[in-house]
Amino acid sequence: MAPGPKGRMRGKVPMPGAIKKGTMGRFMKYLFSKYGKSIVVVIVGIVMSALASMAAQMFTQKLIDECIIPGIDNGFDSIKSKLFSLLLAMGIIYILGVIASFTYTRIMATVTQGTLKHLRDDMFNKMETLPIKYFDTHAHGDIMSTYTNDVDAVRQLIGQSLPTVFQSVLTVITMTFMMIFYSIWLSLVVFAFIIIMSKSIKKFGAASAKYMMGQQRALAVEEGYIEEMLKGQKVVKVFNHEEESKKRFEELNDELFNHSVKANKYGNILMPILHNIGNIMYVVLAIAGGMLIAFDATNISLRGTEPITAGIIITFLGMSRMLSQTVGQASMQVNMIAMGLAGVSRVFELTDQEPEKDEGYVTLVNAVKDDKGEIKEADHITGLWAWKHPHSADGTVTYTELKGDVVMENVDFGYTDEKLVLKNISLYAKPGEKIAFVGATGAGKTTITNLINRFYDIPDGKIRYDGININKIKKNELRKSLGVVLQDVNLFTGTVMDNIRYGRLDATDEECIEAAKLANADDFITRLPDGYDTMLTGNGASLSQGQRQLISIARAAVANPPVMILDEATSSIDTRTEAIVAAGMDNLMDGRTVFVIAHRLSTVRNSKAIMVLDHGEIIERGSHDELIEKKGTYYQLYTGAFELE
Amino acid sequence: MIKTLAKSIREYKKDSIITPVLIAGEVVMECLLPFVMAKLIDGMEEGGMPFILKYGALLIALAMLSLMFGALAGITAATASCGFAKNLRKDLYYKVQDYAFADIDKFSTSSLVTRLTTDVANVQNAYQMIIRGAIRTPLMLIFSITMSLMINVKMSLIFLGILPVLAAALFGVFFVVHPIFKRIFKKYDALNNSVQENVAGIRVVKSFVREDYEKEKFGHASEEVRKDFTMAEKIIALNNPAMMICVYAAMFLVNFLGARMIVNSGATELTTGELSSLMNYGVQILTAMMIFSMMFVMCALASESASRICEVIEHDPSLPLKENGLTEVKDGSIVFENVSFKYSERSKRDALSNINLTIKSGSTVGIIGGTGSSKSSLIQLIPRLYDATAGKVLVGGVDVRDYDVHALRDAVSVVLQKNVLFAGTVSENLRWGNKEASDEELVRVSKLAQADEFVSTFADGYEYRIEQGGTNVSGGQKQRLCIARALLKKPRIIILDDSTSAVDTKTDALIRKALKTEIPDTTKIIIAQRLASVEDADVILVMDKGTIVEQGTHDELMSLGGIYREIYDSQTKAKEAS
Repeated sequence: MAPGPKGRMRGKVPMPGAIKKGTMGRFMKYLFSKYGKSIVVVIVGIVMSALASMAAQMFTQKLIDECIIPGIDNGFDSIKSKLFSLLLAMGIIYILGVIASFTYTRIMATVTQGTLKHLRDDMFNKMETLPIKYFDTHAHGDIMSTYTNDVDAVRQLIGQSLPTVFQSVLTVITMTFMMIFYSIWLSLVVFAFIIIMSKSIKKFGAASAKYMMGQQRALAVEEGYIEEMLKGQKVVKVFNHEEESKKRFEELNDELFNHSVKANKYGNILMPILHNIGNIMYVVLAIAGGMLIAFDATNISLRGTEPITAGIIITFLGMSRMLSQTVGQASMQVNMIAMGLAGVSRVFELTDQEPEKDEGYVTLVNAVKDDKGEIKEADHITGLWAWKHPHSADGTVTYTELKGDVVMENVDFGYTDEKLVLKNISLYAKPGEKIAFVGATGAGKTTITNLINRFYDIPDGKIRYDGININKIKKNELRKSLGVVLQDVNLFTGTVMDNIRYGRLDATDEECIEAAKLANADDFITRLPDGYDTMLTGNGASLSQGQRQLISIARAAVANPPVMILDEATSSIDTRTEAIVAAGMDNLMDGRTVFVIAHRLSTVRNSKAIMVLDHGEIIERGSHDELIEKKGTYYQLYTGAFELE
Repeated sequence: MIKTLAKSIREYKKDSIITPVLIAGEVVMECLLPFVMAKLIDGMEEGGMPFILKYGALLIALAMLSLMFGALAGITAATASCGFAKNLRKDLYYKVQDYAFADIDKFSTSSLVTRLTTDVANVQNAYQMIIRGAIRTPLMLIFSITMSLMINVKMSLIFLGILPVLAAALFGVFFVVHPIFKRIFKKYDALNNSVQENVAGIRVVKSFVREDYEKEKFGHASEEVRKDFTMAEKIIALNNPAMMICVYAAMFLVNFLGARMIVNSGATELTTGELSSLMNYGVQILTAMMIFSMMFVMCALASESASRICEVIEHDPSLPLKENGLTEVKDGSIVFENVSFKYSERSKRDALSNINLTIKSGSTVGIIGGTGSSKSSLIQLIPRLYDATAGKVLVGGVDVRDYDVHALRDAVSVVLQKNVLFAGTVSENLRWGNKEASDEELVRVSKLAQADEFVSTFADGYEYRIEQGGTNVSGGQKQRLCIARALLKKPRIIILDDSTSAVDTKTDALIRKALKTEIPDTTKIIIAQRLASVEDADVILVMDKGTIVEQGTHDELMSLGGIYREIYDSQTKAKEAS
């Protein structure tokens, strides 16, 4: 078959992985559950086409024995009808064979690509439900590699290896029966050789597999190095570090060479070995056959006993050749199957991950206030939102207006059991208040926001949103009510407009532009070659870090949520622009709750309350003025910044 | 292109040449084997055991030779192709080391990585196939055709007639499918790209509750990919039945016409043994054709990879290097004379226009300005990371282009904005600045950069292992280590390009103080967002849209009442109020 389609994006080369037990069975079940009927048709097709090709191999001998040899003695006319009926039979078998092959290869294309799509969709759909923890604990390159390298290996497995192996097994079984049918003595010789062949496959295959693993590992290491160094190439240049970088590269490159030469050698040698074992088997069969004739041995076969003839031996030789070729072909698939199954293992590993748990039941609904000021659910957008809180105890439903009141009480949290990142954190944020966190990196500022939007969960009741325990709120509904702008901006492939609209999918162009103006992004966007229609690729690689932050602020602004979390959202924007953005944001956030994390104290100064965090604890809290007056850490930080005045 | 690639074969030329020779030997054996086998079968009945043994021994000898040739060829082919790939990777890597910043920008890092990995692997596979198949396939084809012609010319015409039909079918399939594949690869990459964006941006996806939206988007994209690939693979799947049709048609005709010929001529024009042989050669001819087409396909696919590799190898680094340049940088003075600069010839706008500037050795210069005001562009011209498009930059009174570039960069130490640490210990990372630096020296510069304080809290201290990309130190710690690394060079000029943005203000101030008192003779250039970081500089440059709009000390700029004043007011507003 033609070499398969391979994309340019590869992800990290996977470290050779173990194949989990039962993977094959599970994968088969998966295949059958999706394409059971098609696979049955494919199997029938393979059987038919394999039988046709075996029949084709035998046909000439049959023709010679039954038609030509009698014909030589009796003339063409005597065998004419026999010849034509034989040819007709063969013609029909050929045509059936071709039809079967045509049909099953086409169905196979559908099955292969369909299965890949199912796998990809399963993986992606599962991935989207996984908790943030999964992404924090798995290298992104490894996740990518499952989508690219592993799925490619699976394609090989379904599209090529499995059909080839199936066909080979079929041929071997058929041939075995045929041979026993012709002669048991000679079959024994063949079986002996088959054992030798499988021993060689095992020996060389195992060596090849071992070196393949080594090669894969060396490749993963070298590619990792290449990636690291080329990403840091500018630093290499600045430090004149080219020679050192070359030296280490050369070591790794030689290492890879050593492994890959061995892997390739064993891979290359196996075929000539099997091929020539086949040749020797042929000779041994001929000699054995000749001896049987010479000693007038009786042939025992499934047909009974009879004197052995040259005809039997010749037929047998033909079959033995076909058998050894088949074994050779199948042996080439051994590595492919191992790689394919390792790929399947990793795919299943991803789809087996536990999704993010969500036991929340409080939802966000449109609401109206009636004359008495009570909140009722509305079926249209009213601009007023309410938490719908069903109480399972008495079957009643209460509505609470969405305001953005966030309370944390005595929160302890650690990403691992060993180390607490947050210790005894309490805070109260009223709607319309701006709460700021300052403190060194690693003090736990971002962790607090991870808890508010439930990227990580903590035990009940410690965080309340509008008075509701956030663990009772459905995660999706909770997150809809929170706008988040992160320090590391992630933009998606698409136009600038698409990226802003990501905040609210039904926002009009005007609303998006309005949000961009608010974020002070409109100015630079309109100066882009295609303005709002400028395509962004590679996470907005054509933009500066600051410009990307402005777009991400616009994206959050268009969502218009009651609570906003700004995690170093303006760190790459110059202070002048930041001041303008901040003014815009203050307008937007009027009456809303804002959490701000920032290094720059200028960013947090006008906050209602500033929390100074140190090693997971709030060591100071208060307004800017109060903290200055207190002359504590904040004061030191603040004056430290301006001490050189 | 082939010439460029061939240069990387080098010490593996011998293996590359021996392989086809050995393969030719194997082919000869492989062709002789069935020939002798046919003789064996034909003579089996009359010859008896001695005949069988004689031919058997000959066959075994041939098989052993074939095994020997085959195995040796396998070994040399593996050596040649892996060696070629090794050299290619090396040549690419070495070439990239010679690249200037502009060249790296041009190719982009990820594209360079792909060229060094995937593309080289593709070329390696194709190369192995070529040295193994380039002789084998034509030889097999020629030999099989010759043999069948020798047996019977008329019957051979059947094969020769079917051969072009098969070729047309196989190549037809390729030429239809190839452009389709090229198109789909783009979609496939886009699909994987969206996975990558989701992996990287999962916090954004979840924050905006866009999981279902993303799933739907991905579902559409993967369905597109499925549809297109299925269509293309269905066309490719035609290869198999096409091959079968040709083989069966040949068999059918040979059997029919052969049987008639044997019978009618009384086995004089053609014997039954010859008929069997003809069948074998016929299958061999068509199989060789099939393999030939597969080789062609692989080469076509690999040729794109090959041209991407050549692009890198043939690209001339854009900074012309000065032979025997000056190796001594006298002092840390800097002069810009009418300097203009743009990143690429295609850029419409100058990144810097008409800069004139004189900086005294040992002074401290602060640079401030909005996002995109070309602050980084300005300083990157000093260590000659880029060349000015017009005008000239002088360091120590000499045009930067007259220096040996390594000497220049050792004297001008830049802490880049997008900085990286590499996998390895803290001390290994620091020693990038100076291989021979003593441990005391490391501690000294770390103290200057306020890094010693946290490094000593690590259990392993300076032997603490930093993960790839520096993921196990915080942003502020990373920046401080990068500053320490740059200081270890003992440079004439040190440039901090927004290098303390993640460092708290207090530490930031300490670093500046340490630089001022500990290395007074070194020129210090500080790009910053925080005014506090530059306030005490000897000269402050305010940049806007690629030009220096204000220049002077803090007091001068304050009284000027321009942009600087505005920034100052915005940053200290609340303080004055308090």
